[in-house]
Amino acid sequence: MSTKPIIESLDDHLEHLEALEAESIHIFREVAGEFERPAFLFSGGKDSIVMLRLAEKAFRPGRFPFPLVHVDTGHNFPEVIDFRDRRAAELGEKLIVRSVQDWIDDGRIAEKAGENDSRNRMQIPVLLGAIDEFKFDALFGGARRDEEKARAKERILSFRDTHGQWDPKNQRPELWNLYNARVHKGEHIRAFPISNWTELDIWMYLAKENLEIPSIYYAHERQVIWRGQWIPISHLLEPKPGEKVETRTVRFRTVGDMTCTGCVESPCSNAWDVVAETAASRVTERGSRVDDKASEAAMEDRKKEGYF
Amino acid sequence: MDLLRFSTAGSVDDGKSTLIGRMLYDSKGIFEDQLEAVTSASKQRLATGIDLSLLTDGLRAEREQGITIDVAYRYFATPRRKFIIADTPGHEQYTRNMATGASTADLAIILIDARKGVIEQSRRHSAISALLGIPRICVAVNKMDLVDWSQDVFDKIRHDYLELADKLGISGVELIPLSALLGDNVVVRSEQTPWYQGRTLIEYLETVEIPKERSSDKFRFPVQYVVRPDLNFRGFAGQIASGSVKPGDEIEVVPSGKRAVVKQLHFFDRDLPEASFPKSLTITLDREVDVSRGDVLVKAGAAPRLSRDLDAQVVWMDERPLALTRPYFLKQGSRTVRARITRVLYRTDIQTLSEIPTSNLGLNDIGRVRISAAQPILLDPYAQFRRTGAFILIDPETNATVAAGMVAQDQPESSSDVVWSESDVSRVSREARNGHRGGVVWFTGLSGSGKSTIAKALEKRLFHDHRQVYLLDGDNLRHGLNKDLGFSSEARRENLRRAAETAKILVDAGFLVLATFISPTAADRALVREVIGDRDFVEIHVSTPLAACEARDPKGLYARARSGEIREFTGVSAPWEPPANPLLELPTHKLSVPESVAKVVDLLEAKGLFAEVVEVPGGGI
Repeated sequence: MSTKPIIESLDDHLEHLEALEAESIHIFREVAGEFERPAFLFSGGKDSIVMLRLAEKAFRPGRFPFPLVHVDTGHNFPEVIDFRDRRAAELGEKLIVRSVQDWIDDGRIAEKAGENDSRNRMQIPVLLGAIDEFKFDALFGGARRDEEKARAKERILSFRDTHGQWDPKNQRPELWNLYNARVHKGEHIRAFPISNWTELDIWMYLAKENLEIPSIYYAHERQVIWRGQWIPISHLLEPKPGEKVETRTVRFRTVGDMTCTGCVESPCSNAWDVVAETAASRVTERGSRVDDKASEAAMEDRKKEGYF
Repeated sequence: MDLLRFSTAGSVDDGKSTLIGRMLYDSKGIFEDQLEAVTSASKQRLATGIDLSLLTDGLRAEREQGITIDVAYRYFATPRRKFIIADTPGHEQYTRNMATGASTADLAIILIDARKGVIEQSRRHSAISALLGIPRICVAVNKMDLVDWSQDVFDKIRHDYLELADKLGISGVELIPLSALLGDNVVVRSEQTPWYQGRTLIEYLETVEIPKERSSDKFRFPVQYVVRPDLNFRGFAGQIASGSVKPGDEIEVVPSGKRAVVKQLHFFDRDLPEASFPKSLTITLDREVDVSRGDVLVKAGAAPRLSRDLDAQVVWMDERPLALTRPYFLKQGSRTVRARITRVLYRTDIQTLSEIPTSNLGLNDIGRVRISAAQPILLDPYAQFRRTGAFILIDPETNATVAAGMVAQDQPESSSDVVWSESDVSRVSREARNGHRGGVVWFTGLSGSGKSTIAKALEKRLFHDHRQVYLLDGDNLRHGLNKDLGFSSEARRENLRRAAETAKILVDAGFLVLATFISPTAADRALVREVIGDRDFVEIHVSTPLAACEARDPKGLYARARSGEIREFTGVSAPWEPPANPLLELPTHKLSVPESVAKVVDLLEAKGLFAEVVEVPGGGI
């Protein structure tokens, strides 16, 4: 094997990105063609931004045959929420927001007290509530198989029962590009058009397509504390006695819950820089989320309940 | 840099997971935190060193049992290529998972343990790879360190494997001696194999050429979605399944046969000068033609054959076995139609590669079937059209994907475009000459109830009365037409279906058919009634009670059933459902044979079967 760096120029990568793009567009159209009420889960994160571009390529000059849906935990980064609203308006597509805070306020769910209690789990009932409210039968999500071991085995069209549950041991075989889209009433499908993309592919595509992403993905100065990784200080997270608040030049690799998404020290100020940095990186992006470290099977447990 | 998808198959001890772990690790496709997780998991299980296989075994059940039970997808890249690995388990009970992984692969890595040589498992993997049309095969001869890097061992395996490849019709095979555990010849060239001049595994994967079909004659474009934002734009969205297209090409819409010329190849913010597999795009045409989801655009004049009937290889993937009586959905490209399997031609024994006649396929079986679809579908042979020649079957009740299908190269002679050939001599003409109608008298009842005795006496009586009559006996049919069928529930059902079809032909020939079949369940008789048609079906229940039948036991079958020698015997160890509304009941423990015969004759008389048939002028000869 040669010792060249993995990324020399983007031109070398057009062929494989085009193959991935063609596969993803096909999935978008299959789901739109087979289901009555699909919806697109839009978080404002980089993966769902790539997905939006793929949806544009699938359906323009027409409108998207589905609304964008976001479950707002109330713990999202404000930069990401601003971006979400702006991007939806630019595209002229419908955005539906359902809020975890509303469910807490009217008592439908209770917030557990304690440190490091992110609202990841609390998204589940709110999401299932939205599915019920709008009778969605298919939801597009931006999950990738390279993110985590349980996801490596999940189908591109992943079946959910009437309780929104995933049964990893009883998945439909998925052959060629022939997706079985049949569901009974009350059941639905999660569709993952970018299943076969890696983090590196995502960054290369963002660079190639010149796509804007929320500013927190790029280097900026921020007050952080060290808890095995750099965690941002915010109104939701105060330092404990003895913890030292520092100002560092950091960027985020994922945009999750503000209370548990760590950032990395990085000077990258554009997608190109990140491509080069990611190619050299030896830490996967989920490694910067505290919630996955709870147990080896943490992701598998959450997915079974209906998490993305 | 392009994309190469490859599949691997293997079980716990042949080192497949270790090989993948080695490729990811040595090509730096694995990250520190994953490695950290693996290292700590290895410690928990008291394994020594790093267990590279832990990188690839995803689900908790699999980690606990130490096996790989589902298809897992893995990703890594070198400066020359991006790779997608479909990693599948190797045991026979996971044939369906292997087929799934193979369906999208450009290349298969077959693992052979150097100590064991070409064994059953290597044969199975190779056969499935060949069946699913994987264009390239790489044989990784692993654990060479355990045979002292012996060239003789490697050469023997090469010889054996090439023989197998020849038998399977596989070309483009590469064999590489390596050790996944130590890393020799995986990414780094081994110093132990000076006799091997070939490429390392990674070099091979980086440079192997995958044939791509780009000719415009093979253009296939299944339409997924119609994009129509306003009256000025009407585009057909889809992914090119094979071949290529450019503006100005004349295309034909399948199945309507309408023609048009390609105006634009629309792709988001630009128009393309040409496009080929696997591009997803939106095509506009020069004129208004009716095209919707499920249609296929092809090059004009090069349209594929269409047929409702076809032969195909299938891999059965569901716990519920194939059922000839059940309707399925067939999805080919973007088109879904209703379909039935009308016949199982054979099952392929994956070890001997021989074809075994059977009437049924169960989970993980591979075989050839004949399918009858409600709408015509494309007869693109899978060997040339890997996308449009493939289909899946879905059970409409459970929505499960029950089979993967591949359209066979050779199709039965008369199967395509079958029209019913109407004879110039009509049934009515025959009935008019006979002086009576044709029909089926179906005797159902327990073994030993007296069905055959009554039917034989009745046949003699009707023959003497100059009726065209024929006794169709269940046992006799099993000596000829149905001798390939066993006694499983599926085989019994097929036995009945063929009997019913035979009776139907005889009725068309003007005969009164006397059929004696136990036909134990309501579903059995409903099937028969459906084939023959209500009008021609006379159901008679020979209603002798079980105790009386068993006391007679003319063939000694009840005794053998009671002793357990015969299993699933109707009334003893298999269910018997008496008909709810037979036209006649004959309790033969109370009626003599002549009395029974007289009752049937009266019934047929009353049903008008003996009435003179008058030909309507102009209605046939």
